[in-house]
Amino acid sequence: MNGESNGLPNTIVKLMVRNHPGAMSHITGLFSRRGFNLEGILCAPVDGGADSAMYLVVRNDERLEQIVKQLNKLYDVKSVGVVTDHIWTHRFKEAEESTLFGHLEALLEAFEAEEQT
Amino acid sequence: MQFSGSSLLIELLKRQGVRIVAGIPGGANLPLYDALGKSDLRHILVRHEQAGGFLAQGIARSTGNAAACFATSGPGAVNLLTAIADAKLDSVPIVGVTGQVPSGLIGTDAFQEVDTYGMSIPVTKHNFLVRSAGELLEVVPEAFRIALSGRQGPVLIDVPKDVQQAQIQLDSLPEPGVADPAAEPDGAILAAMARLIASAERPVLYVGGGVVASGAEEEVRALSAACGIPVVSTLMGLGVMDPDDPLSLGMLGMHGSMATNLVVDRADLLIALGVRFDDRATGSIAGFAPRARVIHLDIDEAEIGKIRRPDISAGCDVKRALRRLNRMVAKASRAAWRAEVDALRREHPFAVPDGDSHPGALVQRLAALAPEDAIVTVDVGQHQMWAAQWWPVRRARTFLTSGGLGTMGFSVPAAMGVALANPETPVLVLTGDGSLLINIQELATIAENNLNIKICVFNNGHLGLVRQQQELFYGKRYVASRFESRPDFAAIARGFGVPGCTIGIPYDEGALKRALSIKGPALLDIAVPETENVYPMVPPGKSNVEAILAAGRSS
Repeated sequence: MNGESNGLPNTIVKLMVRNHPGAMSHITGLFSRRGFNLEGILCAPVDGGADSAMYLVVRNDERLEQIVKQLNKLYDVKSVGVVTDHIWTHRFKEAEESTLFGHLEALLEAFEAEEQT
Repeated sequence: MQFSGSSLLIELLKRQGVRIVAGIPGGANLPLYDALGKSDLRHILVRHEQAGGFLAQGIARSTGNAAACFATSGPGAVNLLTAIADAKLDSVPIVGVTGQVPSGLIGTDAFQEVDTYGMSIPVTKHNFLVRSAGELLEVVPEAFRIALSGRQGPVLIDVPKDVQQAQIQLDSLPEPGVADPAAEPDGAILAAMARLIASAERPVLYVGGGVVASGAEEEVRALSAACGIPVVSTLMGLGVMDPDDPLSLGMLGMHGSMATNLVVDRADLLIALGVRFDDRATGSIAGFAPRARVIHLDIDEAEIGKIRRPDISAGCDVKRALRRLNRMVAKASRAAWRAEVDALRREHPFAVPDGDSHPGALVQRLAALAPEDAIVTVDVGQHQMWAAQWWPVRRARTFLTSGGLGTMGFSVPAAMGVALANPETPVLVLTGDGSLLINIQELATIAENNLNIKICVFNNGHLGLVRQQQELFYGKRYVASRFESRPDFAAIARGFGVPGCTIGIPYDEGALKRALSIKGPALLDIAVPETENVYPMVPPGKSNVEAILAAGRSS
C-alpha cells in the first residue's frame, strides 16, 4: 500500500469483463457482499461489444489487495488493473471533497485516454 | 441428432458422469422431468429442495465428484439456495439446475417467478441464465469445469421453460467439462518454506478442508512424521490425520482441547495448509499463534493474507506443493518440542467427563459399535462438537458436516447422498432433536429407497448450543431454546416406514447394538442430559487460550 489514503477515493480499478447481462451484478454484488467501498463506476462496451471496460473508483486502503483478488476470481472478469498514480487519480486527490462531477470527469478522462491508445 | 433443450441437458449431465440426480418437479421444470423420464438417469424424489441440494452434497463430499440436483422455479429455487450457500462455504462441487418461467415472462412477476439468477450470485461460485438451447452446449460443461476447478464450489444453471422445450439439431456433442490443471507451486518459494521449517523449533501444521479437497492426507502425514511436527485440524480437516497418531492433536479453536490451543499459542511456525483462518478456528485473531511465523498454502489466492498476513505463501494445490516440499525438508525428530507438546497434553488432559451418560461417551460408544468403514454425517449444534471431539475420524471424507454455514438439517439428506453413492458402506447420522426436525420429511425418501442409514438423535429437548450460550453469556436468560413439545421421534419414524426406537439413560448396550444392526434404515431417539455443555468453549471475542474449560472453570 502506498500510504496515500486520505479517506477519499483515489484509486481506479480497471476491469476488462465479458459483456453480457449479469456481469455488472456479479461485480457490484461482490462489493456489497464483502463490504468493500465503491464510489463510482464507468462502464462501456469495447472490442465491438464482446467485452466491456469498467473503471471502479475505490479507496486505496488495506482492503484493496483483497478486492483485486476477489475480482480476479469472478468468471466474467478477464483482467484487473489498479491505477493509483496517474493524472486521473490525482484529480481525486486534488478535490476538496469527492463530488459526483469530479468522479465523472476523471473517469471520462481515463476512459478517453485508454480509448485513444 | 435432434434434441430438445431438456433432452440435451440430460445428455450433457450424463456425459459429465452424473448417474443420480435429486430434486422435485414443478411447473417450470416439467419438460426437464419429461426428458429425465426417458433417460436412464436415476432420480431421487426428495421432499424439500434443500434436501436435494444436500443429497448432492453427500455424493460430492463422500466421493469428490461433482453431483447435480433439480428444482423448479420460484419456491423450488429459493428452497434450494440454502444447500447451495452451504456448498459455497465448504467448497463442495455441486451443480444445481433450476427451471425458470418462459423467457418472455421473465420480469413480469409471473407465477412462481423469482430472480433466481440474481438471488444466487452471492452464494454460488458462478451462475448462468440460459438463453437458448444452443447455449447449453457451452454452459453445462463450463458449469462442471467451474465447480471442479481450483477451489471447488457450487454452480447454478437457470433454464427458462421455453429453452427446455426448444428443438435443436446437432452433429456432435461437446466434451465434458473437467477440472483445470491445478496451479503449480514455485520451486524457489517451496525451498524457502523448507528452510523456514528447518529453522523452526516449534512448528505446527494447521490443516483444513483444502487438504481433503486436494487429497493430500498422505503428504501431510509424511511431512508430520519426517519433521516431528504436531498437527492441529479444523472441523473440515478431521480425518487428514489418524487420531491415534501421537502427533495428531485433533481440532483446534472454539471447542478444541486446551492442550491443542496451547500448542498453537506456543508455536514459532504455523504451516497453514488448505485453511482460511476461520474465526471458529482462530478465536480472536490478534491472539492467534502470536509468536508464530506463517507459511500459507491454499489453492485460493484470495485466502492468502485475507485474515493473517503470511511470511511465505503460495496460491497452489496443496498436494502438489507438499509432494515437492517433502523432498526438500530436512528430517528432524524435534524431541524437545514433542516433549513440550506431550507435557502440555499431560497437564491439560482431554477426556470425556465423568459418567456414562455424557454425550461424549455416547459418541465414543456409537463409534465403537459402528463398522470400521462407516461414513458419518453430522448435523449442527452441541452433538456436532461432541462428535468432532470424540468421533475417531480415521480417513478423509468419512466425517461430513456443515462447517462454514452451520446449516441445521444437513445430516439426514447428506446421508442419503452418501448411501446412494456408496451403497456398500454403512452410513451413520449423528443429529440433534433440533436439527432433525429441520429436514425430518426426508424419512419418506429414506424409506422409499430403503437406504442403509442409522439416524442417532442426541435428544436433549433443547437447541443445546443456544441454551449453552444463554447460560454462559446471557445471564441464564433462556429464550426460545427449550422445546416444550417433545415429539415421539421413534413413532414418527415408524409412521414414515422407518424402524424407530427410544433409548433412555442409562444406555442399554444391547438396544443400541440391535438398532444399529438392522438392515436398512433405522432411527434411534437417544436421550442425553438436557443441560450438559460443550467444553472447552472460547467466549466470543476471546483468544483460544482463554477458553472456559468446564462449568465455572476458566483457563
